[in-house]
Parts: sequence; C-alpha cells; structure tokens
Amino acid sequence: MSAESPAELQFENLERQRYAATLGVWVFLGTEVMFFAALITAYTAYRIYFPEAFSQCSHHMERWVATFETASLLTSSLFMVLAVHATKLGRRPAAALFLLLTVLGGLAFLVMHGHEYWTDWREGGLPGRYYHLEEIRAAGAPMFYASYFFTTGLHSLHVLVGIGLICSMIKRTIQGTLTPEKHNLLEGVGLYWHFVDMVWVFLYPLFYLVP
Amino acid sequence: MSSAEEVSYLFAQRGWRSWFFTHDHKRIALLYLAVVSLMLMLAGTFALLLRLELLTPEKTLFEAVTYNRLFTLHGVGMVWLFMIPAIPSVFGNFLLPLMIGAHDVAFPRLNLASWYVYVVGALIVLGAMVAGGTDTGWTFYTPYSTTTPREVIPVLFGVFVIGFSSIMTSLNFIVTTHTLRAEGMGWMRMPLFVWAIYGTSVIQVIATPILGITLSLVALESFLGTGIFDPARGGDPVLFQHLFWFYSHPAVYIMVLPGMGVVSELLPTLCHRPPSSYRSIVYSTFGISFVGFLAWGHHMFVSGMSVVNAAFFGLASMLVAIFTAIKIFSWVSTMYEGEIVFNAPLVYLLGFIFLMVFGGMTGVALATVGLDPHWHDTYFVVAHFHFIMAGPVLLAFLAALHFWFPKMFGKKYSERLSLMGATITFFGFFATFTPQFLLGNMGMPRRYYSYPPKFQWLHVASTMGATVLAAGLVLTLGTLLHALIWGERAAQNPWDSRGYEWDTATPPPEHNYEIIPQITRGPYEPAEPGSARVG
Repeated sequence: MSAESPAELQFENLERQRYAATLGVWVFLGTEVMFFAALITAYTAYRIYFPEAFSQCSHHMERWVATFETASLLTSSLFMVLAVHATKLGRRPAAALFLLLTVLGGLAFLVMHGHEYWTDWREGGLPGRYYHLEEIRAAGAPMFYASYFFTTGLHSLHVLVGIGLICSMIKRTIQGTLTPEKHNLLEGVGLYWHFVDMVWVFLYPLFYLVP
Repeated sequence: MSSAEEVSYLFAQRGWRSWFFTHDHKRIALLYLAVVSLMLMLAGTFALLLRLELLTPEKTLFEAVTYNRLFTLHGVGMVWLFMIPAIPSVFGNFLLPLMIGAHDVAFPRLNLASWYVYVVGALIVLGAMVAGGTDTGWTFYTPYSTTTPREVIPVLFGVFVIGFSSIMTSLNFIVTTHTLRAEGMGWMRMPLFVWAIYGTSVIQVIATPILGITLSLVALESFLGTGIFDPARGGDPVLFQHLFWFYSHPAVYIMVLPGMGVVSELLPTLCHRPPSSYRSIVYSTFGISFVGFLAWGHHMFVSGMSVVNAAFFGLASMLVAIFTAIKIFSWVSTMYEGEIVFNAPLVYLLGFIFLMVFGGMTGVALATVGLDPHWHDTYFVVAHFHFIMAGPVLLAFLAALHFWFPKMFGKKYSERLSLMGATITFFGFFATFTPQFLLGNMGMPRRYYSYPPKFQWLHVASTMGATVLAAGLVLTLGTLLHALIWGERAAQNPWDSRGYEWDTATPPPEHNYEIIPQITRGPYEPAEPGSARVG
C-alpha cells in the first residue's frame, strides 16, 4: 500500500474498493427486497382470503394523490441519476442542486402520503381493532388497512432515511469530499434511492389499483 | 523467513481499547469466541436444569411455569445466541481472510459493528427473559405469543436485533469472498470451508429479513391488535408458521453448513489425503442452500396443508438428504486408504458424521407425510433435531476450536485430555438423545412438564447422558483454558496441513500477510518446493 493510494489496506486499489462497496450495497438491497417480500406475501394471502374487501378498500383510497406521489418519487430518482452524473463530471454546484431537487421530491412524497394517513385516521380506516370506517363493512377491511399501514409505513421510513442520507451527500458535495474519482458513497445512496422508488412502483398498484 | 520476528496479532497492540475498538478480523473473531462460548455454557446449563426437572414424573425442582421458561431459555439461547452465529462469526471471521489471502475482510468497521449489535441483541434477549420470563418456546408460535402478556415482545426485539448482526456479517463475507481473493485463487481453488461460509452467508442474507418482518408483525399484533395472525379478526396463525419456517428451516442450514465446511476442511489434513471429490462437496453445498428454501412446509404437516403441498415439501426435504449423503460419501471415501491421525479433532469429526447419518435417516422418516403425524411434537423430533443440528454444530465447533487453536493462540493443548474430553462429549451426547428417540416413539410429547411413570427410566437415562455430556464439556473447557495460560508454544504448522491459512506465521501477524501471496496450487495440493510457504 503506497502512501498516495487512498484505498483502504485490504484493497489492492481504489477500483477494487469501489467494486466492493457497490457489491455491498447490492447485497444489502437484496436483504431489503426480502423485507418487503415478506410483507407482500402477507398482503397476497389476505387479498386471496378477502378479495371483496380489498377491492372496496382500494377504491376508497385516494388514487390521484398516490399517482402524484408516484410521479414525484420517479422524478426524484431522475434527479439522483443526474446528480451522480454531475459528480462524475466534477460539476459540484450542479450536483448539489440535483441532490436538493431529489430531496424535495422525497419530501413532496412524504407530505402527500402524510395527508393520506391523516385522512385515513380521521375516517377510521385503521388496522385491526381500531378500524371504524363506516362505508366499508366487508370482512377483511381491517386487514387491508393493517397491511397498508405497515407496508407503506415501512416504505415511508425508508424514504425518510433516504432523505437523511441525501442531505449528508449535499453536505459532502459542498465540502468537496465527493470527487469524480471517489464517490462510492453517493453511488451507494443513489442505488438505495432507486430501490426505495422501485418498492413504491410495486406498492402503488398493489394498494391503489386493485380491480 | 521474517516471521520469527514479526509480532503476532495478539500482542501487536495492547490495552482494552485495542480489543474493543479493533478492526482486525482475528481479534473480532476472538471477541465472538468469548461471547459465543459464554452463551453455550449458559444455554447448556439451562438444558441440564431441564433434564434434572424431568428426572421424576411430577415436580422435581421447579414449578411448571419455571420449566416452560427454562426450555424457552435453552432453545432461544442455543439457537439464536449460539448455533447461528457460532462457526461463521468465530471461525469464518478468523479464517476467511487468511484462507483467501487477504489482509482483512472487506468492511472491517461493519465487522466490529456486527459484534456490538450481536452483544446488544443478546443482552436484550437475556435481560427480557430473566425479567419477564417468556415461555413460548424458541419458535414464538402465534396465537400463544400474541396472547401471553407483553413479555414476549422484548425477546422478539432482541432476536430482531441479532438478525441484523447476522445480515451484517454475511454481507461482509459475501463481498469479501467476491473481491479479496488473492491473485490466482479462482472460485474452484477456494478452500471448502470458504465455500461453506459463502453458502451460509447467502442463505442468511436471503432468509433473515423474513424473520425480522415476521417478528415485527407479531409485535404489532400485540400492540395494535392488527389481527394479522389472529383468527378472531380474520387473520391466519398458519401464515405465521409459513413465514417463520421460511426463515427457520433454512436457518438449520445456516447452523449446519459451516459445520459441514469444518468437516470438509479438516478431514483432508487429518487423513493426509486430498478430498475425494472437491466439486461434489461444492455443488452439494449449493444444493443444500437451494433446496433448503423449499422444505419449510415439513414443519407444518399437521397445521392444515393440502396433500399436494405436503407431498411437495416432503419430497423437497428428502432432496436435502441426498445432498447431505453426497457429502457424507465424499468424507468417508476421503478417509478410505488415508493415513488417519487419531486425535481430538478427528473424534469430533467422526461424531459429526455419525450423528449426521442417524439424524439424517430419522429426518427422511419424519419428512414422510404419512409417518410424521405419529412423531409430530414428540421427543422423537427433539432427538432428531439434536442429532442432525445441535450435536453436529457443537461437535464441529469444538473440532474447529481444537484444530485452529494453535493458529489462533499459538499454544499447544494436552493431547490426552482433549481426546478424553472429545470422547466423553460425544458419548454423553449420544446417551442423552438416544433415549429420547424411544420416548418419542412411545408417545411422549415434547415440552411437557409431567409424564406417565412408565417413561421415567428413559428420562433418567437421558438425564444421565446429559450429565456425562456436561462433564465432557467442562473437561474440554478446562483443557483449553489451561493450554491458553500454560500451554507450550505450538509449531508453525502442527498438523502438517496444506491449508493456505498455515502459510502465514502462527499466530498470524496483524495484517495476515506482509505481501499478498500468489496462489499457484489447488487448496489441498502440496506446496511446490521453493514457494512462499513459511516454516
């Protein structure tokens, strides 16, 4: 290990280290997929048990709000790609701006989703024993809301963590510690953000577009 | 060679900080060894107390509720705190970088963090068990776990935390294996132990998150009455069993595959013969990892399952036996015509193979859909999973500890005492669980506090076996502790092994290798004359 090489001791060079970091993030995302897989399995089981209730509840959801949520997350993912690209080219101000826009996309998602939760809370569309939604009395409706709150809640938590991570990336971009040669962290955060986005792409039809 | 002057990792830095804030995979392995051994002793003590209680048909020492808490403590302690982390965290950590010719694992800080996460999780679990006294058994079946008072939740939380430690360690091992192999080490030149650790890690990262979510759902059910597993609210308790066993059946292979790796790694050295089929062992590792994910349903034959499903899960479970048999045939044919050294590690390995064969055969019997209802939830199952899983993991752990003890500490232990310890441990184990096969077959259900007097002689026999087993383990512990303090200095390569890990000094220097070796031979081929071999 020569003194000028910034790679850590166990890696022969920086490129190897970057490969390891990226692979690590991919494996981590694999575990995340399994987290959501378990929840989607539970969802599927109950949708098979209670098709009628799931359909009614899904129609009751604010489909248009969710569509805007989807759009804002997808757009924020685009900004993330642009931010990584700008960092690779060494354009720091542009990278910071794109990251800021990514954060705004995430925040918009959370605000709209919070609005949805608030509406459900007011109307009584709640899990288990707290369910008291007047319009839908079909058996299994509380199960839909249990599944909905836990799955999208876990997803929103991921969005929140992602926003925190991106904010720290903005700080690093401004400080100049993310360089065209060394930006593993940003790549990792980028992959994570796309993953969060991907999960939503599955949750959106599952909860809002049930026929 | 320069190794004589090199300072070993044990003394490279001093002071407690240099241990508790270390990034050295070898020191982290020793931290794990300390805690994991402590957990083994604790959970073993609970087992002994259980066996003492079962000496008489009614109350012997404890009330029924204490008995229920004790078997939960034993199960939770052994499964979550000992067997799952034991071999990967200790020996995987210590050996993986040495065996693939690396300075360290890919993410040393994550490695240390995983130890702390494990310790915190273990403290939460044990603290909650002592304070609250969970009595659900280690499987936390609903609706029992959701309707008992809230004491279950902190235990679930502790197990959830430990799950993250597993994920962190496995992620680290996967990335390390992919990115840090020395030049010349293709995949088919990796030592078999590395293959086993790699396979185990893959299972862990896929399966553990499912457990995490399942436990969270139970907690949520308790707090919010979500009803996901509660039939009164339209939930399905069998869904819990599906999700739980989707993790916990592969978890059997998380526990036992590293043990199989130890056997595959040690036998060639102890028999002075390369493995009879390297590839069949590698492919069967994959086979077990894959089929292991399709067999979970065999835990639920009596929970309500269609005939088609039951047949599928039964057949998938039998496939596991085929892959295991491939390994056993390969081990036995490695020994055939080998120059076998008789020592403590070998006794442990023979014990491992013996238990595997009988545990495996009873496993095939249990996987038969028509036979399972007779044995389901009886001592037959208890004896079966101790034979196939608990015993082999314990014996492989001890085999590895004896084999790599000189490498880890640079000390020699008493041949005679360790051999005695190994023999007593194996026979104690055998004597504990053989009566339980008979008990189960006669209809003794598991987890029962009292039983008809006609079963007493078998329970007494089992408890006597457990006492012998405990004596063997205490003797082994004493032998190793004695060696640690007063042992003579071990030779550079005391077993005359061809393993790569012996190519560096014993015990290894802080960063394993001064220069990363170039690998020019297969893992069990002799070193070429004039190669970089130290010694």
